[in-house]
Amino acid sequence: MPTSSNGARNIITFQKYERPQTLDEAWELNQKKRNRIVAGTMWMKMGTHSFGTAIDLCDLGLNQIEETDEEFRIGAMVTLRQMEKHPGLAAYSCGAVEAAFKDIVGVQFRNGATLGGSLWRRMGFSDILTVFLAMDSYVELYKGGIVPLEEFARMPYDKDVLVRLVVKKQPGAFSYQAVRKQRTDIPSLNCAAAQVAGEWRVVVGSRPARAVVLRDEQGLLAGGITEESAAAFADYAAGAVTVSGNMWGSVEYRRALVPVLTRRALLALKEVQ
Amino acid sequence: MEIKIKLNGTMVSDDVPADTLLIDFVRAHGCLSVKRGCETSSCGLCTVLMDDEPVLSCSTLAARANGRSVHTLEGLQEEASEFVGFIADQGAEQCGFCNPGFVMNTIALLRENPDPSDGEILAYLSGNLCRCSGYEGQLRGIRAFLNSRHEEGANHE
Repeated sequence: MPTSSNGARNIITFQKYERPQTLDEAWELNQKKRNRIVAGTMWMKMGTHSFGTAIDLCDLGLNQIEETDEEFRIGAMVTLRQMEKHPGLAAYSCGAVEAAFKDIVGVQFRNGATLGGSLWRRMGFSDILTVFLAMDSYVELYKGGIVPLEEFARMPYDKDVLVRLVVKKQPGAFSYQAVRKQRTDIPSLNCAAAQVAGEWRVVVGSRPARAVVLRDEQGLLAGGITEESAAAFADYAAGAVTVSGNMWGSVEYRRALVPVLTRRALLALKEVQ
Repeated sequence: MEIKIKLNGTMVSDDVPADTLLIDFVRAHGCLSVKRGCETSSCGLCTVLMDDEPVLSCSTLAARANGRSVHTLEGLQEEASEFVGFIADQGAEQCGFCNPGFVMNTIALLRENPDPSDGEILAYLSGNLCRCSGYEGQLRGIRAFLNSRHEEGANHE
Protein backbone atom coordinates (compact mmCIF):
# COMPACT_ATOMS: atom_id res chain seq x y z
CA MET A 1 0.00 0.00 0.00
CA PRO A 2 1.51 3.36 -0.97
CA THR A 3 1.88 5.87 1.82
CA SER A 4 1.98 9.64 1.71
CA SER A 5 4.83 11.38 3.42
CA ASN A 6 2.79 11.85 6.61
CA GLY A 7 2.71 8.07 6.93
CA ALA A 8 -1.02 7.61 6.45
CA ARG A 9 -2.40 4.93 4.17
CA ASN A 10 -3.09 6.60 0.88
CA ILE A 11 -4.15 4.94 -2.33
CA ILE A 12 -3.70 8.10 -4.41
CA THR A 13 -0.16 9.46 -4.40
CA PHE A 14 1.26 12.44 -6.25
CA GLN A 15 3.97 15.01 -5.70
CA LYS A 16 2.44 18.32 -6.80
CA TYR A 17 -0.99 19.93 -6.80
CA GLU A 18 -1.89 22.65 -9.30
CA ARG A 19 -4.99 24.79 -9.76
CA PRO A 20 -4.70 26.21 -13.27
CA GLN A 21 -6.33 29.60 -13.81
CA THR A 22 -7.12 29.09 -17.49
CA LEU A 23 -8.20 26.16 -19.64
CA ASP A 24 -5.06 26.61 -21.72
CA GLU A 25 -2.92 26.23 -18.60
CA ALA A 26 -4.90 23.13 -17.62
CA TRP A 27 -4.44 21.62 -21.07
CA GLU A 28 -0.69 22.37 -21.05
CA LEU A 29 -0.27 20.73 -17.64
CA ASN A 30 -2.27 17.73 -18.79
CA GLN A 31 0.04 17.03 -21.74
CA LYS A 32 2.74 15.67 -19.45
CA LYS A 33 2.41 11.92 -19.21
CA ARG A 34 2.79 11.86 -15.41
CA ASN A 35 0.13 14.53 -14.77
CA ARG A 36 -3.58 13.89 -14.25
CA ILE A 37 -6.77 15.89 -13.92
CA VAL A 38 -8.25 14.72 -10.62
CA ALA A 39 -11.92 15.88 -10.91
CA GLY A 40 -13.82 14.82 -7.78
CA THR A 41 -11.37 12.01 -6.83
CA MET A 42 -14.30 9.81 -5.76
CA TRP A 43 -13.98 7.14 -8.45
CA MET A 44 -10.21 7.56 -8.47
CA LYS A 45 -10.08 6.67 -4.78
CA MET A 46 -11.54 3.26 -5.56
CA GLY A 47 -8.25 2.26 -7.16
CA THR A 48 -4.54 2.79 -6.64
CA HIS A 49 -3.00 5.68 -8.55
CA SER A 50 0.43 7.24 -8.52
CA PHE A 51 1.26 10.24 -10.67
CA GLY A 52 3.31 13.45 -10.76
CA THR A 53 0.97 16.44 -10.60
CA ALA A 54 -2.70 16.55 -9.69
CA ILE A 55 -4.50 19.10 -11.87
CA ASP A 56 -7.57 20.54 -10.14
CA LEU A 57 -10.02 22.44 -12.38
CA CYS A 58 -11.89 23.94 -9.41
CA ASP A 59 -10.82 27.56 -10.13
CA LEU A 60 -12.14 27.60 -13.71
CA GLY A 61 -15.77 28.37 -12.97
CA LEU A 62 -16.91 25.01 -14.32
CA ASN A 63 -19.13 24.25 -11.33
CA GLN A 64 -22.28 25.84 -12.77
CA ILE A 65 -25.33 24.54 -14.64
CA GLU A 66 -26.41 27.22 -17.11
CA GLU A 67 -29.92 26.86 -18.52
CA THR A 68 -31.21 28.80 -21.52
CA ASP A 69 -34.30 28.31 -23.66
CA GLU A 70 -32.24 26.15 -26.03
CA GLU A 71 -29.91 24.09 -23.86
CA PHE A 72 -28.27 23.13 -20.58
CA ARG A 73 -24.55 23.84 -20.27
CA ILE A 74 -23.19 21.72 -17.45
CA GLY A 75 -19.61 22.47 -16.37
CA ALA A 76 -17.17 19.62 -15.87
CA MET A 77 -16.87 20.36 -12.14
CA VAL A 78 -20.60 20.27 -11.48
CA THR A 79 -21.28 17.54 -8.94
CA LEU A 80 -23.69 14.68 -9.45
CA ARG A 81 -25.75 16.04 -6.57
CA GLN A 82 -26.09 19.45 -8.26
CA MET A 83 -27.51 17.75 -11.36
CA GLU A 84 -29.76 15.47 -9.31
CA LYS A 85 -31.31 18.48 -7.55
CA HIS A 86 -31.50 20.85 -10.52
CA PRO A 87 -35.17 21.75 -11.13
CA GLY A 88 -34.64 22.51 -14.84
CA LEU A 89 -32.98 19.16 -15.51
CA ALA A 90 -35.68 17.41 -13.49
CA ALA A 91 -38.45 19.03 -15.53
CA TYR A 92 -36.81 18.52 -18.92
CA SER A 93 -35.78 14.90 -18.24
CA CYS A 94 -39.19 13.94 -16.77
CA GLY A 95 -37.30 12.94 -13.62
CA ALA A 96 -34.94 10.60 -15.47
CA VAL A 97 -31.79 12.45 -14.30
CA GLU A 98 -32.76 12.13 -10.64
CA ALA A 99 -33.79 8.50 -11.19
CA ALA A 100 -30.42 7.75 -12.73
CA PHE A 101 -28.36 9.53 -10.04
CA LYS A 102 -30.22 8.84 -6.80
CA ASP A 103 -28.68 5.44 -6.09
CA ILE A 104 -25.09 6.27 -6.97
CA VAL A 105 -23.34 5.32 -3.70
CA GLY A 106 -24.66 8.04 -1.36
CA VAL A 107 -25.28 11.77 -0.98
CA GLN A 108 -21.73 12.40 0.26
CA PHE A 109 -20.26 10.64 -2.77
CA ARG A 110 -22.52 12.56 -5.15
CA ASN A 111 -21.47 15.84 -3.48
CA GLY A 112 -17.91 15.02 -4.51
CA ALA A 113 -18.13 13.16 -7.80
CA THR A 114 -18.21 15.44 -10.83
CA LEU A 115 -19.77 15.32 -14.26
CA GLY A 116 -16.34 15.60 -15.88
CA GLY A 117 -14.79 12.78 -13.88
CA SER A 118 -17.78 10.54 -14.50
CA LEU A 119 -18.06 11.17 -18.25
CA TRP A 120 -14.35 11.26 -19.00
CA ARG A 121 -13.81 7.75 -17.74
CA ARG A 122 -16.69 6.48 -19.93
CA MET A 123 -17.20 3.70 -17.43
CA GLY A 124 -19.35 0.85 -18.61
CA PHE A 125 -21.49 0.86 -15.47
CA SER A 126 -22.08 4.61 -15.64
CA ASP A 127 -25.64 5.76 -14.95
CA ILE A 128 -24.61 9.24 -16.05
CA LEU A 129 -23.48 8.20 -19.50
CA THR A 130 -26.61 6.12 -20.06
CA VAL A 131 -29.10 8.83 -19.14
CA PHE A 132 -27.39 11.59 -21.11
CA LEU A 133 -26.99 9.36 -24.17
CA ALA A 134 -30.78 9.27 -24.30
CA MET A 135 -30.75 13.06 -24.83
CA ASP A 136 -29.36 15.25 -27.60
CA SER A 137 -26.06 15.66 -25.75
CA TYR A 138 -22.60 16.91 -26.71
CA VAL A 139 -19.34 17.25 -24.86
CA GLU A 140 -17.17 20.31 -25.29
CA LEU A 141 -13.49 19.38 -25.38
CA TYR A 142 -10.92 22.15 -25.07
CA LYS A 143 -9.03 21.16 -28.23
CA GLY A 144 -11.48 18.71 -29.77
CA GLY A 145 -14.42 21.12 -29.83
CA ILE A 146 -18.04 20.02 -29.67
CA VAL A 147 -18.45 16.26 -30.05
CA PRO A 148 -21.72 14.29 -29.88
CA LEU A 149 -21.77 12.32 -26.63
CA GLU A 150 -22.45 9.13 -28.56
CA GLU A 151 -19.23 9.65 -30.54
CA PHE A 152 -17.31 10.64 -27.40
CA ALA A 153 -18.44 7.42 -25.70
CA ARG A 154 -16.64 5.44 -28.40
CA MET A 155 -13.47 7.55 -28.49
CA PRO A 156 -10.23 6.31 -26.92
CA TYR A 157 -8.75 8.25 -23.99
CA ASP A 158 -6.51 11.16 -24.95
CA LYS A 159 -5.00 14.20 -23.21
CA ASP A 160 -7.73 16.74 -24.03
CA VAL A 161 -9.73 18.53 -21.32
CA LEU A 162 -13.48 17.97 -20.99
CA VAL A 163 -14.95 21.43 -20.40
CA ARG A 164 -18.69 20.84 -20.23
CA LEU A 165 -21.67 18.81 -21.35
CA VAL A 166 -24.24 20.53 -23.55
CA VAL A 167 -27.76 19.08 -23.59
CA LYS A 168 -29.98 20.53 -26.31
CA LYS A 169 -33.56 21.01 -25.17
CA GLN A 170 -35.08 19.07 -28.02
CA PRO A 171 -38.75 18.31 -27.40
CA GLY A 172 -38.79 14.93 -25.77
CA ALA A 173 -39.64 12.59 -22.96
CA PHE A 174 -37.33 10.31 -20.99
CA SER A 175 -37.39 7.40 -18.58
CA TYR A 176 -34.74 5.48 -16.67
CA GLN A 177 -34.51 1.99 -15.18
CA ALA A 178 -31.70 0.11 -13.46
CA VAL A 179 -31.23 -3.17 -11.65
CA ARG A 180 -28.85 -3.28 -8.71
CA LYS A 181 -28.03 -6.14 -6.38
CA GLN A 182 -28.75 -3.66 -3.64
CA ARG A 183 -29.40 0.06 -3.43
CA THR A 184 -26.20 2.10 -3.94
CA ASP A 185 -24.35 -0.72 -5.67
CA ILE A 186 -23.11 -0.49 -9.24
CA PRO A 187 -25.96 -1.43 -11.62
CA SER A 188 -26.10 -4.92 -13.06
CA LEU A 189 -27.76 -3.28 -16.06
CA ASN A 190 -29.23 0.14 -16.74
CA CYS A 191 -31.52 1.41 -19.46
CA ALA A 192 -32.84 4.79 -20.60
CA ALA A 193 -35.65 5.25 -23.10
CA ALA A 194 -36.50 8.43 -24.94
CA GLN A 195 -38.47 10.00 -27.68
CA VAL A 196 -36.38 13.02 -28.55
CA ALA A 197 -36.96 15.30 -31.54
CA GLY A 198 -39.25 12.62 -32.96
CA GLU A 199 -36.63 9.85 -32.68
CA TRP A 200 -36.99 6.80 -30.44
CA ARG A 201 -33.89 5.87 -28.47
CA VAL A 202 -33.16 3.10 -26.02
CA VAL A 203 -29.77 3.17 -24.29
CA VAL A 204 -28.45 0.07 -22.55
CA GLY A 205 -25.49 0.39 -20.20
CA SER A 206 -23.61 -1.57 -17.56
CA ARG A 207 -23.67 -4.52 -19.94
CA PRO A 208 -20.87 -4.21 -18.55
CA ALA A 209 -19.16 -2.48 -21.48
CA ARG A 210 -19.87 1.14 -22.41
CA ALA A 211 -23.51 1.97 -23.06
CA VAL A 212 -24.94 1.54 -26.56
CA VAL A 213 -27.75 3.48 -28.24
CA LEU A 214 -30.49 1.60 -30.10
CA ARG A 215 -32.76 3.40 -32.55
CA ASP A 216 -36.06 2.23 -33.97
CA GLU A 217 -34.70 1.32 -37.38
CA GLN A 218 -37.44 -1.26 -37.96
CA GLY A 219 -40.31 1.08 -37.09
CA LEU A 220 -41.43 -1.13 -34.19
CA LEU A 221 -42.56 1.92 -32.25
CA ALA A 222 -43.96 3.80 -35.24
CA GLY A 223 -47.50 3.47 -33.90
CA GLY A 224 -46.47 4.60 -30.40
CA ILE A 225 -45.77 2.62 -27.26
CA THR A 226 -48.18 -0.18 -26.44
CA GLU A 227 -47.65 -3.40 -24.47
CA GLU A 228 -47.12 -5.16 -27.82
CA SER A 229 -44.75 -2.63 -29.41
CA ALA A 230 -42.72 -2.38 -26.19
CA ALA A 231 -42.42 -6.18 -26.13
CA ALA A 232 -41.42 -6.21 -29.80
CA PHE A 233 -38.72 -3.59 -29.24
CA ALA A 234 -37.55 -5.51 -26.15
CA ASP A 235 -37.12 -8.62 -28.32
CA TYR A 236 -35.14 -6.55 -30.82
CA ALA A 237 -32.94 -5.17 -28.00
CA ALA A 238 -32.29 -8.69 -26.69
CA GLY A 239 -30.75 -9.59 -30.04
CA ALA A 240 -29.00 -6.27 -30.67
CA VAL A 241 -27.23 -5.66 -27.34
CA THR A 242 -24.08 -7.63 -26.61
CA VAL A 243 -23.53 -8.39 -22.94
CA SER A 244 -20.89 -10.16 -20.92
CA GLY A 245 -20.46 -11.25 -17.32
CA ASN A 246 -18.71 -9.90 -14.24
CA MET A 247 -19.31 -9.93 -10.48
CA TRP A 248 -22.45 -7.80 -10.87
CA GLY A 249 -24.13 -10.24 -13.23
CA SER A 250 -23.47 -13.24 -15.44
CA VAL A 251 -23.92 -13.21 -19.21
CA GLU A 252 -27.11 -15.19 -18.85
CA TYR A 253 -28.51 -12.83 -16.20
CA ARG A 254 -27.75 -9.73 -18.24
CA ARG A 255 -29.12 -11.37 -21.39
CA ALA A 256 -32.37 -11.89 -19.51
CA LEU A 257 -32.35 -8.35 -18.11
CA VAL A 258 -31.96 -6.53 -21.44
CA PRO A 259 -35.50 -7.17 -22.74
CA VAL A 260 -37.03 -6.77 -19.29
CA LEU A 261 -35.51 -3.33 -18.64
CA THR A 262 -36.09 -2.22 -22.23
CA ARG A 263 -39.77 -3.07 -21.98
CA ARG A 264 -40.12 -1.44 -18.57
CA ALA A 265 -38.28 1.70 -19.68
CA LEU A 266 -40.52 2.03 -22.75
CA LEU A 267 -43.70 1.56 -20.72
CA ALA A 268 -42.44 4.09 -18.17
CA LEU A 269 -41.71 6.45 -21.07
CA LYS A 270 -45.31 6.13 -22.22
CA GLU A 271 -46.43 7.33 -18.78
CA VAL A 272 -44.50 10.62 -19.07
CA GLN A 273 -45.15 11.40 -22.75
CA MET B 1 2.11 22.78 0.57
CA GLU B 2 0.50 25.30 2.91
CA ILE B 3 -3.19 24.64 3.54
CA LYS B 4 -5.62 26.80 5.50
CA ILE B 5 -8.96 25.36 6.52
CA LYS B 6 -11.58 26.83 8.82
CA LEU B 7 -12.00 23.72 10.94
CA ASN B 8 -14.97 23.78 13.31
CA GLY B 9 -14.91 27.56 13.22
CA THR B 10 -11.19 28.00 13.87
CA MET B 11 -8.69 28.77 11.11
CA VAL B 12 -6.08 26.02 10.99
CA SER B 13 -3.05 26.10 8.73
CA ASP B 14 -0.46 23.43 8.13
CA ASP B 15 2.30 22.51 5.72
CA VAL B 16 1.33 19.09 4.35
CA PRO B 17 2.26 16.84 1.43
CA ALA B 18 0.28 17.68 -1.73
CA ASP B 19 -1.52 14.31 -1.71
CA THR B 20 -2.81 14.61 1.86
CA LEU B 21 -6.42 13.57 2.21
CA LEU B 22 -8.89 15.64 4.18
CA ILE B 23 -9.43 12.79 6.67
CA ASP B 24 -5.73 12.81 7.54
CA PHE B 25 -5.71 16.58 7.87
CA VAL B 26 -8.66 16.75 10.26
CA ARG B 27 -7.51 13.78 12.34
CA ALA B 28 -4.05 15.33 12.62
CA HIS B 29 -5.79 18.38 14.04
CA GLY B 30 -7.61 16.51 16.76
CA CYS B 31 -10.85 15.53 15.06
CA LEU B 32 -10.73 11.83 15.87
CA SER B 33 -14.48 11.33 15.43
CA VAL B 34 -13.72 11.12 11.69
CA LYS B 35 -13.17 7.41 11.12
CA ARG B 36 -11.25 5.60 8.44
CA GLY B 37 -13.43 2.82 7.06
CA CYS B 38 -13.50 1.46 3.53
CA GLU B 39 -11.19 4.09 1.98
CA THR B 40 -12.94 3.43 -1.32
CA SER B 41 -15.60 6.17 -1.19
CA SER B 42 -18.25 3.66 -0.16
CA CYS B 43 -19.07 3.53 3.56
CA GLY B 44 -19.71 7.09 4.81
CA LEU B 45 -17.72 6.67 8.04
CA CYS B 46 -15.48 9.60 7.21
CA THR B 47 -18.32 12.09 6.51
CA VAL B 48 -17.56 15.74 7.27
CA LEU B 49 -19.38 18.89 6.19
CA MET B 50 -17.43 21.00 3.72
CA ASP B 51 -19.06 24.39 3.20
CA ASP B 52 -22.08 22.78 4.90
CA GLU B 53 -22.35 19.87 2.44
CA PRO B 54 -21.62 16.29 3.53
CA VAL B 55 -18.58 14.88 1.75
CA LEU B 56 -16.34 11.83 2.12
CA SER B 57 -13.13 13.07 3.71
CA CYS B 58 -11.30 9.83 2.82
CA SER B 59 -11.72 10.70 -0.86
CA THR B 60 -11.38 14.48 -0.73
CA LEU B 61 -8.01 16.12 -1.15
CA ALA B 62 -7.06 18.42 1.70
CA ALA B 63 -5.83 20.80 -1.02
CA ARG B 64 -9.36 20.94 -2.45
CA ALA B 65 -10.59 22.05 0.97
CA ASN B 66 -8.02 24.84 1.13
CA GLY B 67 -9.74 28.11 2.05
CA ARG B 68 -13.02 26.39 2.83
CA SER B 69 -14.99 25.63 5.97
CA VAL B 70 -15.00 22.08 7.34
CA HIS B 71 -17.06 20.80 10.24
CA THR B 72 -16.63 17.49 12.05
CA LEU B 73 -18.73 16.06 14.87
CA GLU B 74 -16.39 17.77 17.36
CA GLY B 75 -17.75 21.12 16.19
CA LEU B 76 -21.41 20.12 16.04
CA GLN B 77 -21.93 18.48 19.43
CA GLU B 78 -24.84 20.70 20.39
CA GLU B 79 -26.74 20.14 17.13
CA ALA B 80 -26.11 16.39 17.35
CA SER B 81 -27.20 16.19 20.96
CA GLU B 82 -30.78 17.01 19.91
CA PHE B 83 -31.27 13.59 18.29
CA VAL B 84 -28.48 11.14 19.18
CA GLY B 85 -30.24 10.11 22.39
CA PHE B 86 -33.23 8.94 20.35
CA ILE B 87 -30.92 6.76 18.23
CA ALA B 88 -29.25 5.35 21.34
CA ASP B 89 -32.67 4.60 22.83
CA GLN B 90 -33.28 2.27 19.90
CA GLY B 91 -30.01 0.45 20.52
CA ALA B 92 -28.97 1.56 17.05
CA GLU B 93 -25.50 2.76 17.96
CA GLN B 94 -24.26 -0.79 18.79
CA CYS B 95 -20.48 -0.90 18.21
CA GLY B 96 -20.50 2.83 17.54
CA PHE B 97 -17.86 2.90 14.84
CA CYS B 98 -20.17 4.16 12.09
CA ASN B 99 -22.02 6.58 14.36
CA PRO B 100 -20.06 9.78 13.73
CA GLY B 101 -20.61 9.41 9.98
CA PHE B 102 -24.29 8.65 10.49
CA VAL B 103 -24.70 11.60 12.83
CA MET B 104 -22.92 14.00 10.46
CA ASN B 105 -25.07 12.93 7.55
CA THR B 106 -28.23 13.12 9.66
CA ILE B 107 -27.31 16.71 10.55
CA ALA B 108 -26.95 17.45 6.83
CA LEU B 109 -30.28 15.75 6.11
CA LEU B 110 -32.19 17.67 8.77
CA ARG B 111 -30.67 20.99 7.69
CA GLU B 112 -31.69 20.32 4.09
CA ASN B 113 -35.03 18.72 4.86
CA PRO B 114 -36.26 19.37 8.42
CA ASP B 115 -39.26 17.06 8.12
CA PRO B 116 -38.22 14.08 5.98
CA SER B 117 -40.41 11.06 5.28
CA ASP B 118 -39.07 7.59 6.14
CA GLY B 119 -38.25 7.07 2.47
CA GLU B 120 -36.31 10.34 2.36
CA ILE B 121 -34.38 9.40 5.52
CA LEU B 122 -33.41 6.02 4.10
CA ALA B 123 -32.45 7.56 0.76
CA TYR B 124 -30.31 10.29 2.31
CA LEU B 125 -28.54 7.91 4.69
CA SER B 126 -28.06 5.13 2.14
CA GLY B 127 -24.40 6.10 1.76
CA ASN B 128 -23.70 5.27 5.43
CA LEU B 129 -22.99 1.60 5.94
CA CYS B 130 -23.44 -0.20 9.27
CA ARG B 131 -22.57 -3.84 9.86
CA CYS B 132 -24.42 -4.13 13.20
CA SER B 133 -27.84 -2.64 13.13
CA GLY B 134 -29.70 -3.38 9.90
CA TYR B 135 -30.57 0.34 9.63
CA GLU B 136 -34.02 -0.05 11.17
CA GLY B 137 -32.82 1.20 14.55
CA GLN B 138 -31.40 4.38 13.09
CA LEU B 139 -34.61 4.98 11.17
CA ARG B 140 -36.71 4.40 14.29
CA GLY B 141 -34.47 6.73 16.28
CA ILE B 142 -34.67 9.59 13.77
CA ARG B 143 -38.42 9.04 13.40
CA ALA B 144 -38.82 9.15 17.20
CA PHE B 145 -36.86 12.42 17.29
CA LEU B 146 -39.01 13.96 14.55
CA ASN B 147 -42.21 12.78 16.25
CA SER B 148 -41.03 14.26 19.53
CA ARG B 149 -40.30 17.56 17.78
CA HIS B 150 -43.76 17.54 16.22
CA GLU B 151 -45.35 16.89 19.62
CA GLU B 152 -43.32 19.70 21.17
CA GLY B 153 -44.43 22.02 18.37
CA ALA B 154 -48.06 21.02 18.85
CA ASN B 155 -47.83 21.62 22.59
CA HIS B 156 -46.49 25.12 21.98
CA GLU B 157 -49.36 26.05 19.66
